[in-house]
Amino acid sequence: MSVVTEPSRSIANKPSFVVCEGNEAAAIGVGLSRPDVVAVYPITPQSSLVEHLSQMIADGRLRADLMNVEGEHAVMCGLQGVALAGGRTFTATCGPGLAFMFEPYVRTPGLRLPMVASLVTRDLLSPQCVWGGQQDAMVVREAGWIQMYCETVQEILDTTVMAYKIAEHRDVMLPINVCHDGNYLSFGVTRVEVPDQQEVDDFLGPPDINWHIALDPSRPMGVDPLTGGAGGVGPRNFVRYRKGQVRGMQNALRVIREVHAAWGERFGRYHAPLVEEYRLDDADTALVTIGSMTGAAKDAIDIARDKGEAVGLIKIKTFRPFPLQAMVAALAKVKRIGVVDRSVSFGWNCGPLYQDTLGALYHTGKSIPAISFIGGLAGADITVEHFARAIALTRELQWGRDPNEPVWLNEND
Amino acid sequence: MQRQSRDHFDASSIPDDLAPIATVLSGMLPGDWRSMRPLINRLKCVKCGLCWLYCPVQCVVEKPRWFEFDLAVCKGCGVCAQECPHSAIRMIEEMGR
Repeated sequence: MSVVTEPSRSIANKPSFVVCEGNEAAAIGVGLSRPDVVAVYPITPQSSLVEHLSQMIADGRLRADLMNVEGEHAVMCGLQGVALAGGRTFTATCGPGLAFMFEPYVRTPGLRLPMVASLVTRDLLSPQCVWGGQQDAMVVREAGWIQMYCETVQEILDTTVMAYKIAEHRDVMLPINVCHDGNYLSFGVTRVEVPDQQEVDDFLGPPDINWHIALDPSRPMGVDPLTGGAGGVGPRNFVRYRKGQVRGMQNALRVIREVHAAWGERFGRYHAPLVEEYRLDDADTALVTIGSMTGAAKDAIDIARDKGEAVGLIKIKTFRPFPLQAMVAALAKVKRIGVVDRSVSFGWNCGPLYQDTLGALYHTGKSIPAISFIGGLAGADITVEHFARAIALTRELQWGRDPNEPVWLNEND
Repeated sequence: MQRQSRDHFDASSIPDDLAPIATVLSGMLPGDWRSMRPLINRLKCVKCGLCWLYCPVQCVVEKPRWFEFDLAVCKGCGVCAQECPHSAIRMIEEMGR
């Protein structure tokens, strides 16, 4: 599936360039991060990611133990044990696999285990489908995992490595989902720069996983004892831990920025850590996007700019924790917005990103018209033409033409 | 409460709002929230030891002629009463203590 252009196929000992799909870029990023244990169960469209990892381990290019387990629930249970024993871990899943993982998945943030797991986002069943969409990741947006959404194949590789440094930061100690769009990024093939292994080793440092909670005979402790209830010290213990967890999420906003800046300095690639503003400074109209759709959206913005329209774009990279300050700063610059989601919020008849954007808008102290677009469900393409329509409808808000309900971009495709 | 064979792990350097861990034994025992308690018929008990084997919280205590239960630990699950081949154990409602 991929071609070597320069100089070596192996996990590089100096910078090299490969042409590969998004799933392989994630696998290369994992390999560079030297996990101790990888536990996997394949599921479309994630499968080739774990196939690449399995091959790397079989070939001896990655010295990690591979746990072939019977399902995603066992994946997460096994990896919790690994992390509690001090090992660096990796897994990847999506859609129904994530649903099956849910019980141990929601326990992981509360245990403050700094895992990294790729979500190769897929729409949720039913109706039956096997294609991309972000509904699976959006369903778990309140599970306590950090969520970062990638725009490009290169960003997948870079973010996967950075995720370990963010997760293992002592002010964070939380698991991270590196999300990339199923199909469009997972199987999208581009040229990718693979950083030098020694540089990555220096960047990440040694694993720092279980200094605070451990299965370790030399440090006997009860892991996850009973808290809560309505008596004794239960309530205050539970609140103390939950409050600490929420604080860890807020700390992550700072650490994500620091780590992205450090990555840029060392490797020369600066990715927007929380929110990217694209041609926004003199814009009166903005689209808000997330994930790989942003590429086509930027093209549509460029075309509209060529026609003299003052439009820009706000891209969310980090969705959990929600980057409130960065979002408020971006929203304060414009007079109307159109938010494009690749998933739905069943509660509010709109997309989940739209819902959170409205929440951020409150903090700008002004009320501006907004419109929710829903597109790209179950593998549907959001093309430049779709975005041109989204831009046009968003601009029409200035004349009071508000559809007052979400616009389903692929409704008539 | 001193039932550990070695010193407690000193967790004072770990922030107390980070991960839920316990390094000292808790005084919270299942007996605090039990709704049923086992009652043994000493005449029927032959000391076969099945209740001792089955008890999930290991609260069965051996006496010279019968088995008894540590009611601070017993959670009232009734497994012993269910398994006793001589029907020497029955569960009665916990009326407070």
